[in-house]
Amino acid sequence: MKMLPDHSLWGRTEAAGLARSRFVADAAGRLDLQGFAKGAGAATTLRGQSVMISADRQLPAVQALLALDGVARRVLLCPPDLRPDDVEAVMAEANVDAVVGDGTGPAARAGMPMQPIPAGPQPGRTNATEWLLFTSGTTGRPKLVVHSLASLAGPLQEGPAATDLVWSTFYDVRRYGGLQILLRALLGGGSLVLSQSGEKMGEFLHRAGQAGVTHLLGTPSHWRLVLMSGAADQVTPQYVRLSGEVADQVILDKLAAAFPQVAIVHAFASTEAGVGFEVKDGLAGFPVSYVGAAGMAAEIRIVDGSLRLRSSRTGSRYLGDRGTLADADGFVDTGDVVERVGDRYLFAGRREGIVNVGGQKVHPEEVEAVMARHPAVQVARVFARSSPVTGAIVAAEVVMRSDAPAFATVRDELLDLCRSALPPHKVPASIRQVDSIAIAPSGKVTRPRA
Amino acid sequence: MSVRSAILQQMTDTAAQQKKTLAPLTDGLKLAESGMDSLCLALIVAALDDNLGLDPFGSNPPFPVTVGDFITLYENVA
Repeated sequence: MKMLPDHSLWGRTEAAGLARSRFVADAAGRLDLQGFAKGAGAATTLRGQSVMISADRQLPAVQALLALDGVARRVLLCPPDLRPDDVEAVMAEANVDAVVGDGTGPAARAGMPMQPIPAGPQPGRTNATEWLLFTSGTTGRPKLVVHSLASLAGPLQEGPAATDLVWSTFYDVRRYGGLQILLRALLGGGSLVLSQSGEKMGEFLHRAGQAGVTHLLGTPSHWRLVLMSGAADQVTPQYVRLSGEVADQVILDKLAAAFPQVAIVHAFASTEAGVGFEVKDGLAGFPVSYVGAAGMAAEIRIVDGSLRLRSSRTGSRYLGDRGTLADADGFVDTGDVVERVGDRYLFAGRREGIVNVGGQKVHPEEVEAVMARHPAVQVARVFARSSPVTGAIVAAEVVMRSDAPAFATVRDELLDLCRSALPPHKVPASIRQVDSIAIAPSGKVTRPRA
Repeated sequence: MSVRSAILQQMTDTAAQQKKTLAPLTDGLKLAESGMDSLCLALIVAALDDNLGLDPFGSNPPFPVTVGDFITLYENVA
Protein backbone atom coordinates (compact mmCIF):
# COMPACT_ATOMS: atom_id res chain seq x y z
CA MET A 1 0.00 0.00 0.00
CA LYS A 2 1.33 3.42 -0.89
CA MET A 3 1.90 5.61 2.16
CA LEU A 4 0.56 9.12 1.99
CA PRO A 5 3.11 11.78 2.91
CA ASP A 6 2.72 12.87 6.51
CA HIS A 7 1.93 16.58 6.47
CA SER A 8 1.01 16.78 10.15
CA LEU A 9 2.90 18.94 12.63
CA TRP A 10 4.64 15.90 14.07
CA GLY A 11 5.30 14.42 10.62
CA ARG A 12 6.96 17.62 9.44
CA THR A 13 8.84 18.04 12.73
CA GLU A 14 10.17 14.50 12.39
CA ALA A 15 11.02 15.04 8.71
CA ALA A 16 13.18 18.02 9.70
CA GLY A 17 15.29 15.59 11.71
CA LEU A 18 15.19 14.46 15.31
CA ALA A 19 18.66 15.35 16.45
CA ARG A 20 19.24 14.44 20.07
CA SER A 21 19.68 18.09 20.94
CA ARG A 22 16.25 19.26 19.76
CA PHE A 23 13.92 20.50 22.48
CA VAL A 24 11.08 22.81 23.45
CA ALA A 25 11.48 24.20 26.97
CA ASP A 26 9.95 26.65 29.39
CA ALA A 27 11.12 27.64 32.88
CA ALA A 28 9.48 24.61 34.47
CA GLY A 29 10.04 21.81 32.00
CA ARG A 30 11.61 20.52 28.83
CA LEU A 31 10.17 18.43 26.00
CA ASP A 32 12.93 16.43 24.33
CA LEU A 33 11.65 15.78 20.79
CA GLN A 34 13.48 12.47 20.46
CA GLY A 35 11.93 11.40 23.74
CA PHE A 36 8.48 12.47 22.56
CA ALA A 37 8.91 10.28 19.46
CA LYS A 38 9.27 7.26 21.73
CA GLY A 39 6.29 8.22 23.85
CA ALA A 40 3.69 6.77 21.50
CA GLY A 41 1.18 4.87 23.58
CA ALA A 42 -2.32 3.63 23.03
CA ALA A 43 -4.18 5.53 20.32
CA THR A 44 -6.22 8.37 21.68
CA THR A 45 -9.96 8.54 21.42
CA LEU A 46 -9.61 12.09 20.14
CA ARG A 47 -9.42 11.10 16.47
CA GLY A 48 -11.83 13.14 14.39
CA GLN A 49 -12.89 15.24 17.36
CA SER A 50 -12.90 18.98 17.96
CA VAL A 51 -10.45 19.45 20.83
CA MET A 52 -9.81 22.44 23.05
CA ILE A 53 -6.31 22.68 24.50
CA SER A 54 -6.27 24.27 27.96
CA ALA A 55 -3.16 24.89 30.06
CA ASP A 56 -1.64 27.85 31.85
CA ARG A 57 1.88 27.00 30.69
CA GLN A 58 2.75 26.91 27.01
CA LEU A 59 4.78 23.70 27.01
CA PRO A 60 1.83 21.34 27.66
CA ALA A 61 -0.06 23.07 24.83
CA VAL A 62 2.87 22.45 22.46
CA GLN A 63 2.89 18.77 23.40
CA ALA A 64 -0.86 18.56 22.76
CA LEU A 65 -0.46 20.17 19.33
CA LEU A 66 2.30 17.73 18.38
CA ALA A 67 0.06 14.84 19.39
CA LEU A 68 -3.21 16.03 17.89
CA ASP A 69 -2.49 17.74 14.55
CA GLY A 70 -3.43 15.30 11.80
CA VAL A 71 -5.52 13.32 14.29
CA ALA A 72 -8.18 15.67 15.64
CA ARG A 73 -10.70 17.31 13.31
CA ARG A 74 -10.05 20.62 14.98
CA VAL A 75 -7.74 22.03 17.63
CA LEU A 76 -8.73 25.14 19.53
CA LEU A 77 -5.72 26.88 21.02
CA CYS A 78 -6.99 28.49 24.15
CA PRO A 79 -4.88 31.39 25.43
CA PRO A 80 -4.50 31.42 29.23
CA ASP A 81 -6.32 34.73 29.62
CA LEU A 82 -9.64 33.61 28.11
CA ARG A 83 -12.25 34.56 30.69
CA PRO A 84 -13.82 31.54 32.40
CA ASP A 85 -17.24 33.09 31.63
CA ASP A 86 -16.49 32.86 27.90
CA VAL A 87 -15.30 29.25 27.90
CA GLU A 88 -18.70 27.66 27.47
CA ALA A 89 -19.73 29.92 24.57
CA VAL A 90 -16.37 29.42 22.84
CA MET A 91 -16.67 25.64 23.22
CA ALA A 92 -20.17 25.74 21.72
CA GLU A 93 -19.05 27.89 18.80
CA ALA A 94 -16.15 25.53 18.04
CA ASN A 95 -18.30 22.41 18.62
CA VAL A 96 -15.72 21.18 21.11
CA ASP A 97 -16.05 17.46 21.85
CA ALA A 98 -13.24 17.20 24.39
CA VAL A 99 -10.83 19.32 26.39
CA VAL A 100 -7.22 18.22 26.65
CA GLY A 101 -4.75 19.75 29.08
CA ASP A 102 -2.69 19.55 32.23
CA GLY A 103 -5.54 20.34 34.60
CA THR A 104 -4.99 24.10 34.43
CA GLY A 105 -6.01 26.95 32.12
CA PRO A 106 -9.34 28.60 31.34
CA ALA A 107 -11.26 25.33 30.89
CA ALA A 108 -10.12 24.16 34.34
CA ARG A 109 -11.21 27.47 35.84
CA ALA A 110 -14.58 27.05 34.13
CA GLY A 111 -14.93 23.61 35.72
CA MET A 112 -14.76 21.63 32.45
CA PRO A 113 -13.67 17.96 32.57
CA MET A 114 -10.31 17.41 30.94
CA GLN A 115 -8.37 14.54 29.40
CA PRO A 116 -4.60 14.16 29.79
CA ILE A 117 -2.25 15.13 26.97
CA PRO A 118 -1.00 12.14 24.92
CA ALA A 119 2.63 11.36 25.76
CA GLY A 120 3.71 10.83 22.18
CA PRO A 121 2.75 11.01 18.52
CA GLN A 122 -0.47 9.29 17.48
CA PRO A 123 -0.65 6.90 14.53
CA GLY A 124 -2.52 7.70 11.31
CA ARG A 125 -2.00 11.45 11.12
CA THR A 126 -4.08 11.89 7.98
CA ASN A 127 -6.72 14.45 8.98
CA ALA A 128 -6.47 18.00 7.69
CA THR A 129 -6.88 19.43 11.17
CA GLU A 130 -8.38 22.90 11.47
CA TRP A 131 -6.50 25.21 13.83
CA LEU A 132 -8.69 27.76 15.59
CA LEU A 133 -6.96 30.89 16.82
CA PHE A 134 -8.35 33.78 18.81
CA THR A 135 -8.15 37.24 17.32
CA SER A 136 -6.33 39.60 19.60
CA GLY A 137 -8.68 42.51 19.72
CA THR A 138 -12.42 42.21 19.52
CA THR A 139 -15.13 43.63 21.68
CA GLY A 140 -16.71 41.14 24.02
CA ARG A 141 -16.20 37.47 23.32
CA PRO A 142 -13.16 36.89 21.08
CA LYS A 143 -13.64 35.75 17.49
CA LEU A 144 -12.08 32.53 16.27
CA VAL A 145 -10.14 32.50 13.01
CA VAL A 146 -9.86 29.22 11.13
CA HIS A 147 -6.36 28.33 9.93
CA SER A 148 -4.62 25.13 8.88
CA LEU A 149 -1.05 24.06 9.38
CA ALA A 150 -0.55 24.88 5.68
CA SER A 151 -1.77 28.49 6.02
CA LEU A 152 0.11 28.98 9.28
CA ALA A 153 3.33 27.57 7.89
CA GLY A 154 2.95 29.51 4.64
CA PRO A 155 5.25 32.35 5.73
CA LEU A 156 8.09 29.95 6.51
CA GLN A 157 10.72 29.79 3.87
CA GLU A 158 11.51 26.36 2.59
CA GLY A 159 15.10 25.44 3.10
CA PRO A 160 17.41 22.88 4.58
CA ALA A 161 16.74 22.05 8.22
CA ALA A 162 19.06 23.92 10.53
CA THR A 163 19.21 21.96 13.76
CA ASP A 164 21.54 24.39 15.47
CA LEU A 165 19.02 27.24 15.54
CA VAL A 166 17.44 27.97 18.90
CA TRP A 167 14.39 30.19 18.65
CA SER A 168 12.78 32.13 21.42
CA THR A 169 9.97 34.60 21.80
CA PHE A 170 8.25 36.71 24.40
CA TYR A 171 4.94 35.93 22.68
CA ASP A 172 2.62 33.17 23.76
CA VAL A 173 2.67 30.42 21.11
CA ARG A 174 -1.11 30.10 21.38
CA ARG A 175 -1.52 33.36 19.52
CA TYR A 176 -0.64 33.98 15.89
CA GLY A 177 2.68 35.75 16.47
CA GLY A 178 4.01 33.14 18.86
CA LEU A 179 2.70 30.24 16.83
CA GLN A 180 4.81 31.43 13.90
CA ILE A 181 7.92 31.01 16.03
CA LEU A 182 6.86 27.56 17.24
CA LEU A 183 6.39 26.44 13.63
CA ARG A 184 9.70 27.94 12.51
CA ALA A 185 11.45 26.01 15.26
CA LEU A 186 9.63 22.69 14.78
CA LEU A 187 9.43 22.58 10.98
CA GLY A 188 12.84 24.15 10.47
CA GLY A 189 14.67 21.55 12.53
CA GLY A 190 15.52 23.82 15.46
CA SER A 191 14.61 24.15 19.11
CA LEU A 192 12.52 26.64 21.07
CA VAL A 193 12.77 28.42 24.42
CA LEU A 194 9.32 29.49 25.65
CA SER A 195 8.61 32.43 27.90
CA GLN A 196 6.82 31.84 31.16
CA SER A 197 4.14 33.89 32.82
CA GLY A 198 5.42 35.69 35.92
CA GLU A 199 9.08 35.29 35.00
CA LYS A 200 11.13 38.48 35.23
CA MET A 201 12.72 39.75 32.01
CA GLY A 202 16.25 39.34 33.38
CA GLU A 203 15.57 35.73 34.39
CA PHE A 204 14.06 34.93 31.01
CA LEU A 205 17.00 36.45 29.12
CA HIS A 206 19.42 34.55 31.31
CA ARG A 207 17.59 31.29 30.59
CA ALA A 208 17.48 32.08 26.87
CA GLY A 209 21.17 32.90 26.85
CA GLN A 210 22.04 29.66 28.67
CA ALA A 211 20.04 27.71 26.09
CA GLY A 212 22.03 29.34 23.29
CA VAL A 213 19.17 31.27 21.71
CA THR A 214 20.05 32.43 18.20
CA HIS A 215 16.74 33.96 17.06
CA LEU A 216 14.73 36.17 19.40
CA LEU A 217 11.36 37.69 18.54
CA GLY A 218 8.88 40.02 20.20
CA THR A 219 6.87 43.21 19.96
CA PRO A 220 8.56 46.62 20.10
CA SER A 221 7.22 46.83 23.69
CA HIS A 222 8.91 43.54 24.59
CA TRP A 223 12.14 44.89 23.15
CA ARG A 224 11.83 48.14 25.10
CA LEU A 225 11.57 46.00 28.25
CA VAL A 226 14.66 44.04 27.19
CA LEU A 227 16.62 47.28 26.90
CA MET A 228 15.23 48.51 30.22
CA SER A 229 16.09 45.23 31.94
CA GLY A 230 19.82 45.90 31.83
CA ALA A 231 20.14 42.22 30.92
CA ALA A 232 20.26 42.46 27.12
CA ASP A 233 23.87 41.23 27.31
CA GLN A 234 22.61 37.87 28.58
CA VAL A 235 21.71 36.91 25.01
CA THR A 236 23.79 36.94 21.84
CA PRO A 237 21.21 36.47 19.07
CA GLN A 238 22.06 36.39 15.38
CA TYR A 239 18.58 37.56 14.49
CA VAL A 240 16.21 40.00 16.17
CA ARG A 241 12.66 40.47 14.95
CA LEU A 242 9.82 42.82 15.89
CA SER A 243 6.15 42.50 15.01
CA GLY A 244 2.69 42.88 16.52
CA GLU A 245 2.99 46.64 16.90
CA VAL A 246 4.41 49.46 14.83
CA ALA A 247 8.20 49.45 15.09
CA ASP A 248 9.23 53.10 15.34
CA GLN A 249 12.65 54.41 14.37
CA VAL A 250 13.61 54.92 18.02
CA ILE A 251 13.36 51.26 18.97
CA LEU A 252 14.96 50.13 15.69
CA ASP A 253 17.95 52.42 16.30
CA LYS A 254 18.28 51.38 19.93
CA LEU A 255 18.26 47.69 19.02
CA ALA A 256 20.83 48.26 16.29
CA ALA A 257 23.06 49.90 18.92
CA ALA A 258 22.47 47.15 21.52
CA PHE A 259 22.98 44.30 19.03
CA PRO A 260 25.54 45.46 16.48
CA GLN A 261 26.20 43.07 13.57
CA VAL A 262 22.79 41.46 14.14
CA ALA A 263 20.02 41.30 11.53
CA ILE A 264 17.15 43.42 12.89
CA VAL A 265 13.93 42.76 11.02
CA HIS A 266 10.45 44.11 11.56
CA ALA A 267 7.41 42.44 10.10
CA PHE A 268 3.74 43.10 9.58
CA ALA A 269 1.35 40.32 10.55
CA SER A 270 -2.13 39.84 11.92
CA THR A 271 -4.14 36.81 12.99
CA GLU A 272 -6.52 37.29 10.07
CA ALA A 273 -4.11 38.33 7.32
CA GLY A 274 -1.13 36.25 8.36
CA VAL A 275 2.42 37.47 7.85
CA GLY A 276 2.34 40.26 5.26
CA PHE A 277 5.90 41.36 4.74
CA GLU A 278 9.28 41.86 6.35
CA VAL A 279 11.43 44.97 6.40
CA LYS A 280 15.16 44.42 6.72
CA ASP A 281 16.73 47.83 6.10
CA GLY A 282 16.46 49.04 9.69
CA LEU A 283 14.04 51.82 8.79
CA ALA A 284 10.49 52.30 10.10
CA GLY A 285 7.55 51.71 7.75
CA PHE A 286 8.00 49.89 4.45
CA PRO A 287 9.15 50.81 0.94
CA VAL A 288 6.50 52.13 -1.46
CA SER A 289 7.85 49.60 -3.96
CA TYR A 290 6.30 46.77 -1.93
CA VAL A 291 2.81 47.83 -3.03
CA GLY A 292 1.64 45.93 -6.07
CA ALA A 293 5.09 44.40 -6.50
CA ALA A 294 5.41 41.02 -8.14
CA GLY A 295 7.23 38.25 -6.36
CA MET A 296 6.15 39.30 -2.86
CA ALA A 297 4.82 36.46 -0.73
CA ALA A 298 1.73 38.55 0.06
CA GLU A 299 0.15 41.05 -2.32
CA ILE A 300 -0.25 44.51 -0.86
CA ARG A 301 -2.93 47.08 -1.70
CA ILE A 302 -3.61 50.45 -0.15
CA VAL A 303 -7.35 51.18 -0.25
CA ASP A 304 -8.66 54.45 1.23
CA GLY A 305 -5.36 54.81 3.06
CA SER A 306 -5.49 51.44 4.76
CA LEU A 307 -3.37 48.39 4.19
CA ARG A 308 -4.87 45.29 2.57
CA LEU A 309 -3.12 41.94 2.14
CA ARG A 310 -3.81 38.85 0.06
CA SER A 311 -1.86 35.60 0.29
CA SER A 312 -2.14 31.91 0.98
CA ARG A 313 -1.33 32.72 4.58
CA THR A 314 -4.60 34.40 5.42
CA GLY A 315 -7.06 32.63 7.68
CA SER A 316 -9.87 30.94 5.76
CA ARG A 317 -12.80 32.44 7.69
CA TYR A 318 -14.17 33.48 11.05
CA LEU A 319 -15.90 30.67 12.85
CA GLY A 320 -19.65 31.08 13.22
CA ASP A 321 -21.63 34.05 11.98
CA ARG A 322 -19.01 36.60 12.94
CA GLY A 323 -18.45 38.68 9.80
CA THR A 324 -16.34 38.20 6.70
CA LEU A 325 -12.61 38.07 6.77
CA ALA A 326 -11.63 39.10 3.25
CA ASP A 327 -13.05 41.39 0.54
CA ALA A 328 -14.43 40.16 -2.82
CA ASP A 329 -10.90 39.98 -4.26
CA GLY A 330 -9.61 37.95 -1.32
CA PHE A 331 -7.78 40.86 0.33
CA VAL A 332 -7.96 41.19 4.11
CA ASP A 333 -8.37 44.79 5.29
CA THR A 334 -5.90 45.12 8.16
CA GLY A 335 -7.44 48.40 9.39
CA ASP A 336 -3.94 49.87 9.63
CA VAL A 337 -3.73 53.33 8.14
CA VAL A 338 -0.56 54.18 6.23
CA GLU A 339 0.75 57.52 5.00
CA ARG A 340 3.21 57.97 2.21
CA VAL A 341 6.33 59.96 3.12
CA GLY A 342 8.75 60.06 0.17
CA ASP A 343 9.50 56.51 -0.93
CA ARG A 344 8.19 55.03 2.28
CA TYR A 345 4.81 54.13 3.76
CA LEU A 346 4.67 54.86 7.49
CA PHE A 347 2.01 53.49 9.85
CA ALA A 348 -0.33 56.21 11.06
CA GLY A 349 -2.65 54.42 13.46
CA ARG A 350 -5.78 52.35 13.15
CA ARG A 351 -8.77 53.31 11.07
CA GLU A 352 -11.27 52.26 13.71
CA GLY A 353 -9.32 53.95 16.48
CA ILE A 354 -8.16 50.61 17.89
CA VAL A 355 -5.51 51.16 20.54
CA ASN A 356 -2.53 48.79 20.51
CA VAL A 357 -1.20 48.58 24.07
CA GLY A 358 2.05 46.66 23.84
CA GLY A 359 0.59 44.30 21.23
CA GLN A 360 -2.81 43.92 22.93
CA LYS A 361 -5.56 45.56 20.94
CA VAL A 362 -8.30 47.59 22.59
CA HIS A 363 -11.52 48.55 20.80
CA PRO A 364 -12.58 52.00 22.01
CA GLU A 365 -16.28 51.10 21.83
CA GLU A 366 -15.85 48.44 24.52
CA VAL A 367 -14.34 50.93 26.98
CA GLU A 368 -16.81 53.67 26.02
CA ALA A 369 -19.71 51.30 26.71
CA VAL A 370 -18.44 50.66 30.23
CA MET A 371 -17.95 54.37 30.91
CA ALA A 372 -21.43 55.17 29.58
CA ARG A 373 -22.91 53.07 32.41
CA HIS A 374 -22.00 55.84 34.86
CA PRO A 375 -25.07 58.04 35.43
CA ALA A 376 -23.02 61.29 35.30
CA VAL A 377 -21.60 60.54 31.82
CA GLN A 378 -23.40 61.94 28.80
CA VAL A 379 -20.91 60.68 26.23
CA ALA A 380 -17.39 59.25 26.37
CA ARG A 381 -14.66 58.98 23.77
CA VAL A 382 -11.72 56.61 24.05
CA PHE A 383 -8.56 57.02 22.01
CA ALA A 384 -4.86 56.14 21.86
CA ARG A 385 -2.29 58.16 23.71
CA SER A 386 1.29 57.50 22.72
CA SER A 387 3.56 55.86 25.29
CA PRO A 388 7.33 55.42 25.21
CA VAL A 389 6.87 52.13 27.08
CA THR A 390 3.95 50.31 25.44
CA GLY A 391 3.65 52.24 22.18
CA ALA A 392 0.19 53.43 23.18
CA ILE A 393 -2.09 53.48 26.19
CA VAL A 394 -5.82 54.08 26.50
CA ALA A 395 -7.02 57.63 27.17
CA ALA A 396 -10.56 58.93 27.51
CA GLU A 397 -12.55 62.11 27.58
CA VAL A 398 -16.09 62.56 28.82
CA VAL A 399 -18.91 65.05 28.58
CA MET A 400 -20.72 65.18 31.90
CA ARG A 401 -24.45 65.67 32.43
CA SER A 402 -25.35 69.14 33.68
CA ASP A 403 -26.48 67.82 37.07
CA ALA A 404 -23.35 65.70 37.58
CA PRO A 405 -21.31 65.92 40.78
CA ALA A 406 -17.72 67.23 40.78
CA PHE A 407 -15.56 65.77 38.01
CA ALA A 408 -12.82 64.52 40.36
CA THR A 409 -15.38 62.29 42.09
CA VAL A 410 -16.83 61.04 38.82
CA ARG A 411 -13.35 60.35 37.42
CA ASP A 412 -12.44 58.16 40.39
CA GLU A 413 -15.75 56.32 40.12
CA LEU A 414 -15.23 55.83 36.37
CA LEU A 415 -11.79 54.36 36.95
CA ASP A 416 -13.19 52.01 39.59
CA LEU A 417 -15.96 51.02 37.17
CA CYS A 418 -13.48 50.32 34.36
CA ARG A 419 -11.13 48.40 36.65
CA SER A 420 -13.96 46.14 37.79
CA ALA A 421 -15.25 45.49 34.25
CA LEU A 422 -12.14 45.45 32.05
CA PRO A 423 -8.67 43.87 32.01
CA PRO A 424 -5.94 46.30 33.19
CA HIS A 425 -4.65 47.27 29.70
CA LYS A 426 -8.14 48.49 28.69
CA VAL A 427 -8.59 50.83 31.66
CA PRO A 428 -7.93 54.46 30.67
CA ALA A 429 -4.65 55.85 31.91
CA SER A 430 -6.22 59.29 31.95
CA ILE A 431 -9.74 60.72 31.78
CA ARG A 432 -10.37 64.36 30.93
CA GLN A 433 -13.57 66.35 31.10
CA VAL A 434 -14.51 68.14 27.87
CA ASP A 435 -17.44 70.32 26.84
CA SER A 436 -18.33 68.40 23.71
CA ILE A 437 -17.42 65.33 21.67
CA ALA A 438 -18.04 65.32 17.93
CA ILE A 439 -20.68 62.83 16.80
CA ALA A 440 -20.77 61.71 13.17
CA PRO A 441 -24.03 61.71 11.15
CA SER A 442 -24.15 57.95 11.80
CA GLY A 443 -24.61 58.73 15.49
CA LYS A 444 -21.20 57.34 16.36
CA VAL A 445 -18.39 59.14 18.11
CA THR A 446 -16.03 60.39 15.40
CA ARG A 447 -12.64 58.75 15.44
CA PRO A 448 -9.71 60.71 14.21
CA ARG A 449 -6.82 58.44 13.33
CA ALA A 450 -5.31 57.13 16.52
CA MET B 1 7.30 68.03 46.54
CA SER B 2 10.57 67.22 44.78
CA VAL B 3 10.58 65.42 41.45
CA ARG B 4 12.14 62.44 43.19
CA SER B 5 9.48 62.13 45.85
CA ALA B 6 6.70 62.73 43.31
CA ILE B 7 8.03 59.86 41.17
CA LEU B 8 8.41 57.49 44.12
CA GLN B 9 4.89 58.35 45.29
CA GLN B 10 3.52 57.76 41.77
CA MET B 11 5.27 54.38 41.55
CA THR B 12 3.78 53.36 44.90
CA ASP B 13 0.29 54.56 43.94
CA THR B 14 0.26 52.97 40.49
CA ALA B 15 1.64 49.65 41.72
CA ALA B 16 -1.07 49.55 44.41
CA GLN B 17 -3.76 50.37 41.82
CA GLN B 18 -2.46 47.59 39.56
CA LYS B 19 -2.25 45.17 42.51
CA LYS B 20 1.49 44.71 42.01
CA THR B 21 3.80 44.03 44.94
CA LEU B 22 6.60 46.54 44.77
CA ALA B 23 10.15 45.78 45.92
CA PRO B 24 11.63 48.41 48.28
CA LEU B 25 12.40 51.35 45.98
CA THR B 26 16.10 52.16 45.92
CA ASP B 27 18.13 53.90 43.21
CA GLY B 28 19.92 50.66 42.38
CA LEU B 29 16.74 48.59 41.95
CA LYS B 30 16.26 47.43 38.37
CA LEU B 31 12.87 48.41 36.96
CA ALA B 32 12.54 44.90 35.55
CA GLU B 33 12.90 43.49 39.07
CA SER B 34 10.76 46.08 40.84
CA GLY B 35 7.46 44.25 40.47
CA MET B 36 6.18 46.82 37.97
CA ASP B 37 5.22 45.50 34.54
CA SER B 38 5.31 47.51 31.33
CA LEU B 39 1.71 48.66 31.76
CA CYS B 40 2.60 50.03 35.23
CA LEU B 41 5.55 51.93 33.79
CA ALA B 42 3.41 53.28 30.93
CA LEU B 43 0.80 54.49 33.45
CA ILE B 44 3.48 56.11 35.61
CA VAL B 45 4.98 57.92 32.61
CA ALA B 46 1.51 59.17 31.58
CA ALA B 47 0.68 60.32 35.12
CA LEU B 48 3.98 62.16 35.49
CA ASP B 49 3.34 63.89 32.18
CA ASP B 50 -0.14 64.93 33.40
CA ASN B 51 0.81 65.87 36.95
CA LEU B 52 4.29 67.35 36.58
CA GLY B 53 4.17 68.32 32.90
CA LEU B 54 7.40 66.39 32.33
CA ASP B 55 8.06 64.13 29.35
CA PRO B 56 11.75 63.23 29.21
CA PHE B 57 11.19 60.56 26.55
CA GLY B 58 10.48 63.11 23.84
CA SER B 59 14.19 63.72 23.40
CA ASN B 60 14.85 60.02 22.85
CA PRO B 61 17.15 59.30 25.81
CA PRO B 62 18.60 55.85 26.57
CA PHE B 63 15.96 53.66 28.22
CA PRO B 64 16.28 53.72 32.02
CA VAL B 65 17.33 50.44 33.62
CA THR B 66 17.12 51.27 37.34
CA VAL B 67 14.78 53.35 39.48
CA GLY B 68 17.69 55.81 39.87
CA ASP B 69 18.07 56.10 36.06
CA PHE B 70 14.35 56.75 35.78
CA ILE B 71 14.42 59.53 38.40
CA THR B 72 17.52 61.11 36.83
CA LEU B 73 15.76 61.25 33.44
CA TYR B 74 13.02 63.37 35.00
CA GLU B 75 15.37 65.48 37.13
CA ASN B 76 17.29 66.36 33.97
CA VAL B 77 14.21 67.90 32.33
CA ALA B 78 12.63 69.43 35.46
